[in-house]
Amino acid sequence: MLIKETDFGTPKSESKAMVTLEIDGHSITVPEGTSIMRAAMELGTKIPKLCATDSLNSFGSCRLCLVEIEGRKGTPASCTTPVAPGIKVKTQSDRLGNLRRGVMELYISDHPLDCLTCAANGDCELQDMAGAVGLRDVRYGYEGDNHISAKRAGGEENFRFKAKDDSNPYFTFDPAKCIVCSRCVRACEEVQGTFALTIDGRGFASHVSAGMDEGFMASECESCGACVQACPTATLTEKSVIAKGQPEHSVVTTCAYCGVGCSFKAEMKGDEVIRMVPYKDGGANEGHSCVKGRFAWGYATHKDRITKPMIRTRITDPWKEVSWDEAITYAAEGFKAIQKKYGRTSIGGITSSRCTNEEVYVVQKMIRAAFGNNNTDTCARVCHSPTGYGLSKTFGTSAGTQDFKSVAKSDVIMVIGANPTDGHPVFASRMKKRLRAGAKLIVVDPRRTDSVRSPHIEASYHLPLRPGTNVAVINAMAHVILTEGLEKKDFIAERCDPVEFKRWMDFIREERNSPEALETETGVNPEDVRAAARLFATGGNGAIYYGLGVTEHSQGSTMVMGIANLAMLTGNIGREGVGVNPLRGQNNVQGSCDMGSFPHELPGYRHVSDNAVRDMFNKVWNVEVDSEPGLRIPNMFSAAVEGTFKGMYVQGEDIAQSDPNTHHVEAALSNLDMLVVQDLFLNETAAFAHVFLPGTSFLEKDGTFTNAERRINRVRQVKAPMQGKHEWQVVCDLAKAMGYDMSYNNAAEIMDEIALLTPTFAGVSFKKLEEMGSLQWPCNDKAPNGTPMMHMNGFVRGLGRFMITEYVPTPERANRDFPLILTTGRILSQYNVGAQTRRTENSQWHAEDVLEIHPHDAELRGIKDGSMVSLTSRIGGTGLRAVISERMPQGVVYTTFHHPVSGANVVTTENSDWATNCPEYKVTAVQVRPSNQPSEWQKDWEVREDENKRIAAE
Amino acid sequence: METSDIVRMANQIAAFFKSYGPEEGTKEIAAHINNFWEPRMRQHFFSYLAQGGKSLDPMILASVPLIRKAADHNAHQGALPKHGEES
Ligand code: SF4
Ligand code: SF4
Ligand code: SF4
Ligand code: FES
Repeated sequence: MLIKETDFGTPKSESKAMVTLEIDGHSITVPEGTSIMRAAMELGTKIPKLCATDSLNSFGSCRLCLVEIEGRKGTPASCTTPVAPGIKVKTQSDRLGNLRRGVMELYISDHPLDCLTCAANGDCELQDMAGAVGLRDVRYGYEGDNHISAKRAGGEENFRFKAKDDSNPYFTFDPAKCIVCSRCVRACEEVQGTFALTIDGRGFASHVSAGMDEGFMASECESCGACVQACPTATLTEKSVIAKGQPEHSVVTTCAYCGVGCSFKAEMKGDEVIRMVPYKDGGANEGHSCVKGRFAWGYATHKDRITKPMIRTRITDPWKEVSWDEAITYAAEGFKAIQKKYGRTSIGGITSSRCTNEEVYVVQKMIRAAFGNNNTDTCARVCHSPTGYGLSKTFGTSAGTQDFKSVAKSDVIMVIGANPTDGHPVFASRMKKRLRAGAKLIVVDPRRTDSVRSPHIEASYHLPLRPGTNVAVINAMAHVILTEGLEKKDFIAERCDPVEFKRWMDFIREERNSPEALETETGVNPEDVRAAARLFATGGNGAIYYGLGVTEHSQGSTMVMGIANLAMLTGNIGREGVGVNPLRGQNNVQGSCDMGSFPHELPGYRHVSDNAVRDMFNKVWNVEVDSEPGLRIPNMFSAAVEGTFKGMYVQGEDIAQSDPNTHHVEAALSNLDMLVVQDLFLNETAAFAHVFLPGTSFLEKDGTFTNAERRINRVRQVKAPMQGKHEWQVVCDLAKAMGYDMSYNNAAEIMDEIALLTPTFAGVSFKKLEEMGSLQWPCNDKAPNGTPMMHMNGFVRGLGRFMITEYVPTPERANRDFPLILTTGRILSQYNVGAQTRRTENSQWHAEDVLEIHPHDAELRGIKDGSMVSLTSRIGGTGLRAVISERMPQGVVYTTFHHPVSGANVVTTENSDWATNCPEYKVTAVQVRPSNQPSEWQKDWEVREDENKRIAAE
Repeated sequence: METSDIVRMANQIAAFFKSYGPEEGTKEIAAHINNFWEPRMRQHFFSYLAQGGKSLDPMILASVPLIRKAADHNAHQGALPKHGEES
């Protein structure tokens, strides 16, 4: 069955005051401000409409939704007329019927009548309305002025006609079918916030224009698809629908790209996905999405996907396809032999933030129970591990405090080291909506990111700090607030530890923490720091959103604590509109941390040295869990290089591309006797592997993902696993082959075990998720329906703890040989290492990684826009194309890491966060020079790309 | 484990907890290393100390008595014994 959400026509009113009225003789009570159209729909009465839809504010242009109100003159539009107490509304009469037919007749007279062959046939509101109003005939001919045909009746050119625009890879725009209802324009403005579309011209000449009538691809369009979804006709239609026809059933599932965790309806025909449509009841996205989730799912059936297990003896051998049994036995025997020779702790594994909670749980269980050690880690190590550490020290728990919706209540939004429009687009749309409504924005980022200035939004303050000086800036802000007496004394007295606060206060008040004293370090104008601090402390609800620009530093954990300090200092914790919000990178990075992927923590963030906790696990798992922490990813690499770590299982992560200091990583991986990779594609890591176990795409998974709001969303199986097994089944088989009995009948059973062993998940089950749609942990007896907001009446740890955050400059500084600082990030259309997005049309937006450089730095080096340059650090070098950009401050260069050949991580160093070993991706001292040659590493990469990825012919 | 990494990591931890004074600071440092450093890393650390511990922060040196030794951690061959079995 195809799931269809009810369209109420206009948005829900938030008012608390209620109004009672009568519609067609039925009484109904709705919140004040509700439209008559919406009130009618709540009664089940569908008033004909074209320009209204409930994701957009009403507009009142089509005049199809007319109604009669007793005692009032005329026929008001029900979408723009609010309810009033006691009014009596009629939605149908002969007069209304005639008026509506008249409206429809006009529309249809300028609309092609090719319904039978139209892609929207069966999903067209114009068609539906023609039927609903009883249109039987169109009196006007098609010979007159129209937008339909290229030639007039007389054979001359029709200047009104515009050809179909199919420049966007995912949807087409056919102006001939447009009814100029402006739903698309409003969707782009109100829902997405991009303002790429306008209605050009007036009256009969009016038409939809992308950019300056330049076509979708050339315009500012970000291809989020909101306009396509809003369009009531075939004018904007997914190419996949044009190619394959209308879907026949749908399944609600969760996007597998970023930490926003959007819910989608996968609309299917048999087991083929026709389109992904964001789900209105999705807690995180409420019907919106970005280009990745909506359109970039083609990778799931890409020809590069490996669906057969493979093994080989040496990594230079071609791969040999084998049976599941053979592959698993080979891997297990390899691991056992290594343990025999090098000891119990010589093997380990990495869980994936792209896999479900259930899949991650079984992997860490296999490592702890079947491998018998705690050498498990996850890619969160390289992104948000400092968030976990910093927030648990200060608040007592390792997660963001709010839901995304909360931003609608914020007055001052501070964005630090994050670029939500690229990294977390659907959250960015929410944030932009709030900013357009008047909230103030502070941006702390070396680059002038899109957040700083976009249509109808301008940051009040942009603090363009030098990379690596986050802590200095946050300390300076706290210093200003304290020394000017702007702190929230009541909140601190009531909610925070007084001894810790006093100690911190004495530290932060010191003159050396003032913005003036720190200016030489941060490069930020002290007056701006002061003004931003005052605004944050006094501007009402203050919310902090931050990303990897905070965590991926040698002081990443310190900065997270600094942020927590600032939130406590200003009383911005524990209600709507405030909070500390890490913008998580990968779709399930929150979940993979919750599930005990870290080497020191069992599921639910409980340390392995805790005897009581270990006892619980020992009983249920029937083993003795090691009480010593295991190796973290960088430690695994070091141990591999020195030869005490010889076997590794890697689930769905491309550590060879994503981890810093590629040379070191490659040396480590080449030193392993057994590397097992479970993934969709032969990725960079697989070039060093001995066993390849094919994985499943999110469309084939059954389980849950947990997003940055701690929201547990269901991932429902849309089609059968292409390689025949669920990933957790494969993991169980491997554990069994290693001598540890582990089996489940389905993913729901795994979740039941998680709930049994993890207090914050105690109330979670697939059944409950089915009932509730989603659940935000903690979910247990105290909060049976989950917890949208944390620390409401007290911190998880009791009293909030201010931590002393001394600024310690990173040892990675610009110097004579490496005078520039490289910082890294990502862009909207590509995702992380790009393994998925590179295999979709998204590459049309980003075909290669480039190096952004300030005009002055470029000129100094004789670098021209678009020319090739070499990028070198003390660690290594690579070659990239340079793009000259005013967004960069002088002395700082920037690149993304979506394409393996760019080798951005060949230059990043071993430096890491002091507490968690999260790599310092954001600061590398480099030199840039013109060059027209690939680097040595890139040449090696080309060779390996061919050599190590060969599959033997049958 | 490269010695330079061990020294860098230890000193970074010391730099953070220094603000907490000698008594609390050394306890925090030792707890941090015990909680997050796998036994072979701590063993590397101890062998480096035995060679003189050059360049280590004095706060680190002060926390040494509180850092747990786990010399025979890798001694078991194969997986750990089953729960309830004699070990
Ligand atoms: S796809 Fe999104 S960004 Fe592009 S025009 Fe449509 S709504 Fe605007
Ligand atoms: S493209 Fe679609 S949504 Fe936009 S004005 Fe035309 S019919 Fe309406
Ligand atoms: S990538 Fe993120 S924002 Fe885009 S649809 Fe997926 S979850 Fe939503
Ligand atoms: S739906 Fe009300 S005027 Fe178009």
